[in-house]
Amino acid sequence: MNIRRFLKTDTAVPDSSRRSFLKVSAGASAGLMLGVSFSAPSALAQQASDAALEMNAFVSISPDNTVKVLIKHLEMGQGVYTGLATCVAEELDADWSQVVCEHAPADVTKYANLLMGQQGTGGSTAIANSFMQMRQAGAAAKAMLVAAAAAQWQVDASEITVSNGVVSHGNHSATFGELAVAAAQQPTPDRASLTLKTPGEFKLIGQDNTLRKDVGKHNGTAIYTQDVKLPGMLTAVVAHPPRFGSTVRSFDASAALARRGVQQVFEIDSGVAVVASDYWTAIKARELLQIEWDASDAETRSSGDILAQYRELVETPGAIAEAHGNPDSVLSASSDVTELMFEYPYLAHAQMEPMNCVAQVNGDSAVMWYGCQSPTSDKAAIAQLLGTSGDKVTIHTVFAGGGFGRRANPASDYVLESVQIARQVPNTPVKLVWSREDDMQAGYYRPAYVHKLSAALDAAGKPNAMKIRIAGQSIMAGTSMAAMMVRDGIDNTSVEGLTEFAYEVPERQVELHSPQVGVPVQWWRSVGHTHTAFSKEVFIDALARKAGADPVAYRLELLKNNPRETAVLKLAAEKAGWGTTELPEGWGRGVAVHTSFGSTVAEIVDVSVDGNNFKVERVVAAIDCGIAVNPSIVKAQVESAIAYGLSAALADEVTLTDGHVDQTNFHNYRVLRMNAMPVVETHIVPSTNAPSGVGEPGTPPIAPAVANALAAVTGRTFTRLPLRLA
Amino acid sequence: MAYLLTINGQSHEVDVEGDMPLLWVVRDHLNLTGTKFGCGMAQCGACTVHVDGVATRTCVMTVADSVGKNITTIEGLQSPQAKAVQQAWVELQVPQCGYCQSGQVMSATALLEQNPNPTDADIDAAMSGNICRCGTYPRIKAGIKMASAQFTNAAETA
Repeated sequence: MNIRRFLKTDTAVPDSSRRSFLKVSAGASAGLMLGVSFSAPSALAQQASDAALEMNAFVSISPDNTVKVLIKHLEMGQGVYTGLATCVAEELDADWSQVVCEHAPADVTKYANLLMGQQGTGGSTAIANSFMQMRQAGAAAKAMLVAAAAAQWQVDASEITVSNGVVSHGNHSATFGELAVAAAQQPTPDRASLTLKTPGEFKLIGQDNTLRKDVGKHNGTAIYTQDVKLPGMLTAVVAHPPRFGSTVRSFDASAALARRGVQQVFEIDSGVAVVASDYWTAIKARELLQIEWDASDAETRSSGDILAQYRELVETPGAIAEAHGNPDSVLSASSDVTELMFEYPYLAHAQMEPMNCVAQVNGDSAVMWYGCQSPTSDKAAIAQLLGTSGDKVTIHTVFAGGGFGRRANPASDYVLESVQIARQVPNTPVKLVWSREDDMQAGYYRPAYVHKLSAALDAAGKPNAMKIRIAGQSIMAGTSMAAMMVRDGIDNTSVEGLTEFAYEVPERQVELHSPQVGVPVQWWRSVGHTHTAFSKEVFIDALARKAGADPVAYRLELLKNNPRETAVLKLAAEKAGWGTTELPEGWGRGVAVHTSFGSTVAEIVDVSVDGNNFKVERVVAAIDCGIAVNPSIVKAQVESAIAYGLSAALADEVTLTDGHVDQTNFHNYRVLRMNAMPVVETHIVPSTNAPSGVGEPGTPPIAPAVANALAAVTGRTFTRLPLRLA
Repeated sequence: MAYLLTINGQSHEVDVEGDMPLLWVVRDHLNLTGTKFGCGMAQCGACTVHVDGVATRTCVMTVADSVGKNITTIEGLQSPQAKAVQQAWVELQVPQCGYCQSGQVMSATALLEQNPNPTDADIDAAMSGNICRCGTYPRIKAGIKMASAQFTNAAETA
């Protein structure tokens, strides 16, 4: 596979980026959020009376009284079905039990992420960008139901009440279902005429009374890509090259083709594809392939060599990502500079459902079924590959078995792989399935990084100058998003979290080296914050110890002009009993606080140490995410983000030996299991601010909080992930 | 060759290679897709079913070895313990992405069928073979305890 070619796409993607929302202030985004598009419903009102009647692009009501909400984001566990439907049901005054959800089609004109400008899920934006839009969609549908009732009953619309799915006036009352046909014939209300509820009027938002709408996950009936069954469907697997950048020189498929059930074997850009009647047949046939690989363009280094190069790089000046004052002069004048070097490995996403995708190519059109996270960019990439237009590509989105970033691949890697295969087997649905080994070894990893942080303390023990150097691959470089996201050689996702430093340090500079390495990299839950928050929080802890200060008090002093982080940190400290409860012998307590994706999370961790082993016993978290649309799901996401980050803190690590990925499956890529999961307590800061991110912000603080807890027990500073006592 | 299997109380004849894991027989040949593929080497538990009542990883159990066994998949769960587990899963909103949850439910049910009142350590021991990358472990544990309470309370009042 020529990885560099694969990473480069000239795909026409709207001039926007999934993560550009980070730059969007609350004020600016409020304007964007008014971009709800209501489609004309009149034609649909003519449909048969038992069909769902479309009130607008997001809400349909059936005569059987079902309210269907179309969800423009991918449900991959984060609870977006429930969250978006809650916003609709709130303003519609629907009964929660009558609400069902379905993934929206891939149509950027109706279903764009308002913070990205294209349809896509990511950057913890699902609720943040939809909060007003979904409420408007619910309010608009309610206005049409009310208008229909007013006409039917010959009463003033303003005297009609709606509650729990029932429209009432005096002796009149009707269900939504009874009014659906007439409501769909009402004119679409002007957005300006809609009056939304005040937070004090919410009945569903902010409550725990909305059970999840992504149903069927407790009894095996929920459908994922892996479960898609179509008439005549075949299954494909791909033999990927053993090293990134290797290509197929030649192959012999005769033994594979002789196996019963094997249909075809052919070369594609990313390797050799085997198409068979079922997965097991395909996998067994793949083992029989004789492939000679050409490694002349391959990445042949070991991860140790790559990290050694990064350690050298951080000793040299890099591109300046941010500069305030002249920290160099302060540091060179200081006789006591604190300096720490941090190291971070490559990480696999290791979502439970290995990558897969179902594609059918008929001439110049394609029909897709998969857990699609980036409909707009995937659609454009598929159209480009087939030399066709986007309107010839249909995407049916199904549940995704986890994502954590992997399914939103800027190069649409696995999606194009499936289309390349399906194109060779025309008019036939083909399910591409990656084995766990493919999933772990065929790439797209959180990049490895080395950071070097240097600081000097003033007479009061506070940092007055700080120098930060970061070395690691750019996620954005070479992708269609580079033009938007890489500015003056700085990929913001490499430095975010260390730029815009939360603690007050008057003189500081952040520099970046973005070396070219042939290992494919991608965002991983919380992106740059996966590493920057660790360096920032472990370094601040080390400075606090040097200053002889309490870690929480030291942070609060440096955050005195940051009321939000102050409030969140204080809440976590209070709930955890920081400084007020005694810990058993051999236990330690550590803290970290970090803001990402618009939300602030503080975590306080208790660890127990036994020789060279340790266990994370308890995590107390506090989060300020604005209005918590569904507090149960917010808590679930914080628990989830902690578990995901803790897995990386304790065990996850992808290494390469001479370019070969060493890890293959869960026996040697060891992830968090129940026996290592701590008790987690989550506290939500009450807020009337617009909702901000929830899926990712819980991840960044956990690893540094654990490291700081270990430091409290051992007196040592931990600067490498995964954490090891010996 | 043909193999006769007993799955969810029904007989099924399948004509596949003898080394095909039971997982792929139920998924690809019997359309029972509730049982999930996660790792293929008994490391993650997503493919767990009950074989003669014992939680078993089907990704490493061949169809040939499955003949003559009483196999229950998530689609065939009927015991009171299973119903209690599934009810708790919904009430506590345990699943997130949900992909591992069939396996979690199968392991949790097998645990409660053998030990109606498990301790935290019993739960950790029974459930640590089932990976959940969404980290639903705290709610899984709470769900097992909620389900367990039905039987222990019933036993106390009986």
